[in-house]
Amino acid sequence: MRLSQLAGRRLVAGIPILWLIVLFMIPFLIVFRISFSEVRLAIPPYTPLITWHHGSPSLEVHWSAYKFLFTDSLYISSYLYSLKVAAVSTLCCLLLGYPMAYAIARAQPSVRSVLLMLIILPFWTSFLLRVYAWIGLLKNNGVINNVLLYLHVIKEPLALLQTDFAVYIGIVYSYLPFMILPLYANLEKHDPALLEAAADLGARPFTAFRRVTLPQSLPGILAGSLLVFIPAVGEYVIPTLLGRTDQIMIGRVLSDEFFENRDWPVASAVAILILLILVIPIMLFQRAQRRELEGAS
Amino acid sequence: MFSRTMLVLGLIFLYVPILSMIVFSFNNSRLVTVWDAANSPTLKWYGALAHNGQILGAAWLSIRIALVSATFAVILGTLAGMALARFGNFRGRTLLAGMTTAPIVMPEVITGLSLLLLFVALSQLIGWPRGVGAVTITLAHITFCMAYVTVVVQSRLTGFDESLEEAAMDLGARPLKVFFRITLPLILPAIASGWLLAFTLSWDDLVITQFVAGPGSSTLPMVIFSKVRFGVTPDVNALATIMVLLVATGIAISTVWMRLREKRRARDLQLAAAANL
Amino acid sequence: MSTPAPIPAADPAYVRIANVTKKFGDFTAVDNVSLDIQRGEIFCLLGGSGSGKTTLLRMLAGFETPTSGSIRIDGTDMSTIPPYERPVNMMFQSYALFPHMSVEKNVAFGLEQEGLTRAEVARKVAEILDIVKMGGFGARKPHQLSGGQRQRVALARALVKRPKLLLLDEPLAALDKKLREHTQFELINIQQRMGVTFVVVTHDQEEAMTLGTRLGVMNHGRIVQVGSPSDIYESPANRFVADFIGSVNMFEGQVSQEGPEGVRISCAEVGTTVRADRAVTCSRGATVWTAIRPEKITIRRSQPAAAAGENVLRGTVREIAYMGDLSIYLVQVESGKMVRVTLPNTMRGGERPIAREEKVWLSWHGSSPVVLTE
Repeated sequence: MRLSQLAGRRLVAGIPILWLIVLFMIPFLIVFRISFSEVRLAIPPYTPLITWHHGSPSLEVHWSAYKFLFTDSLYISSYLYSLKVAAVSTLCCLLLGYPMAYAIARAQPSVRSVLLMLIILPFWTSFLLRVYAWIGLLKNNGVINNVLLYLHVIKEPLALLQTDFAVYIGIVYSYLPFMILPLYANLEKHDPALLEAAADLGARPFTAFRRVTLPQSLPGILAGSLLVFIPAVGEYVIPTLLGRTDQIMIGRVLSDEFFENRDWPVASAVAILILLILVIPIMLFQRAQRRELEGAS
Repeated sequence: MFSRTMLVLGLIFLYVPILSMIVFSFNNSRLVTVWDAANSPTLKWYGALAHNGQILGAAWLSIRIALVSATFAVILGTLAGMALARFGNFRGRTLLAGMTTAPIVMPEVITGLSLLLLFVALSQLIGWPRGVGAVTITLAHITFCMAYVTVVVQSRLTGFDESLEEAAMDLGARPLKVFFRITLPLILPAIASGWLLAFTLSWDDLVITQFVAGPGSSTLPMVIFSKVRFGVTPDVNALATIMVLLVATGIAISTVWMRLREKRRARDLQLAAAANL
Repeated sequence: MSTPAPIPAADPAYVRIANVTKKFGDFTAVDNVSLDIQRGEIFCLLGGSGSGKTTLLRMLAGFETPTSGSIRIDGTDMSTIPPYERPVNMMFQSYALFPHMSVEKNVAFGLEQEGLTRAEVARKVAEILDIVKMGGFGARKPHQLSGGQRQRVALARALVKRPKLLLLDEPLAALDKKLREHTQFELINIQQRMGVTFVVVTHDQEEAMTLGTRLGVMNHGRIVQVGSPSDIYESPANRFVADFIGSVNMFEGQVSQEGPEGVRISCAEVGTTVRADRAVTCSRGATVWTAIRPEKITIRRSQPAAAAGENVLRGTVREIAYMGDLSIYLVQVESGKMVRVTLPNTMRGGERPIAREEKVWLSWHGSSPVVLTE
């Protein structure tokens, strides 16, 4: 390879790498570093990492932010609650999304593109407004309660808003396309002859699905579930608009610590602990993504 | 059969909230969800929207930020996608691949917090940026949007025949010329959809924006959020209807255009097959 | 493009590949290959997948750089010259036609890089499209063409620059059988008309035999034999070539007698002595292999009038495959080994054909066996 070409390649790869180091990697290092400081009334509102005593530097590492997180039960319960909400929502997404993706993959090619469009279309309209729409549906005097009252199914309005149920609905509703699309991409590649072969060898449809289709679609299930689970753990908008007031999720904790209490070290420590939980799922996702993008070549 | 039933139910689930917003945007009553049959449908909330300076201003800011962010995200994302799809195993490949996939799943509160802390640290260190606002929002948006563009461009490049580029080089075109005459025209559809995706993501983002925005730089999602946080307001329904209609029209036009192109292509293929006989 | 250096009279090679090796990590794709290609010939590189033939071709084009060794074309060393400055063009296996450009634009692409005037480009494009019989298709896009038409456009695009060397990577692989035969002859025709030197890579021996003036057989990154198609078929250099090109009966044996008029080899494997009327450099008692092509063996019901025990075998027909133009007989000789014999079906009807399970005699002329020492 010639020098000019090598220089060109360095430039092409170097610019995005440099950008991401400055705006993605270094920010995390800063978060990490601030999580080991103490809050103080100054600008910036935290203690410096290195202090100077008589001309010699000394490293100041404080564990107080982390200690604080483990002494107040609010934080622990928020963590566990977030994981529970994310897990349940991911499972619901999978249970609804898998049959939908399967039906699309088995549809006529001409219908298929229309169906895919219908799945993607809501994604192009504002996320915030779609969550907001559920307030109107779930409220005490909202559409669902009004319809049920009119049909005499219920006598008094059900409390639907500000419940766990509302949060599940919101997350499933917002993240459903992220579950369906990787599943569809996987299921669409399956050779229908495999199911015919299974039937020919005496497998009933459900057995054929369980023994042939399901194992082959595991990469799609994994990719879709991670795409829902990871962001759902740190979800902020949906629980704020639809969720309980007595139990908040960890993303809201982080935001409140930062904006309301102006406690940057604690907010940073919360971020680091979320990442600690998510680091394995994120790495799994990256591996799946790499396989998907590079497997074809 | 089961899967088809689920598909229909799922689609109803996806569209009922949107439809209800559209319907109630024509409702006269201030109590959003109670249909005032006597005086509806009405366009009064659309009129109110047209005079709401705060919303119009925020929308204009959001559009400008989305335009700039999408454009820069496309440039950076295309470079990253090219490097990942075409340069084999170069030094820094794993780093680049990791840094372009992580932002896609990273919880937004973390990305937002970390970017704000970066801007604070930078302004202390080098005096720039001076406070947060449209500039810092745009920088943040470029960063998370470029990850999506990278994925789109990379998967398109992985799908196409590398010998096209070799053929151009074989016929005497230098690497830069190969890029502009062969590679770029061929990945243009991917770049265009990457741009649209980036525009939508930037236009739509709330959480990251809230962290890196300052006073006087409220984007449209921020204004909407502060309104709906304390209950439902009918003019937001009208705003949602307008946005849904814009998107639906855009997609309808592009679908019709693609259908026409497909038809022409099918006819061409028939012609070619006939010529072969 | 640099002006070609005059060719020294003592060095007639137009393309000289000298001790070229290419490694990808630990894997040696091309292993110390030296090869001369003459001006104006069609040279076929023949080999299975992974034999290194495509890597060698890509080194000629400039897409890969040799790990060691040198490549000279018309006297100029190519090692530092990038693909876009080489007087070499390539026809890709996938054709690699630019999908967003019309046929004319595709063909003009190479000329445009040379800075010719627009009129000159148009004239040359029209001329070459006429030669490949695609004159009326200039405005079409590649996806509007059939497979055969695409192949011709790819050929025109590579030829229009009048390269010193045209590289063709499996040029006919994407065509169906009928079209392939027709195109082979057309390719030879165009080559002779334009006088361009061709290097063809193929895994198809029939294609190599028809197209090539000379063949280079490759295996495991090495060239194992170079020669004319008939040389390679009739006098394979070793067991690999004999087995790779066409089908062959191979008997292992020991040299029992050798001299200037020929050799005798006793083959215990089939229970006969093979006499070959050709001098072979080998010593008595050495283990060698005799290769006899199936079409050179005579099959009959009665005992042939040959020297007893020499170039003659007795056996039973086990299988007959009727192929239309010829029939293949698998005969089990008394030692148990299967021998393959082919017989052209020259006459319709005729005498009663040999049937399965019939006892037969096999014999061959002393000029038929090839003795291989490796």
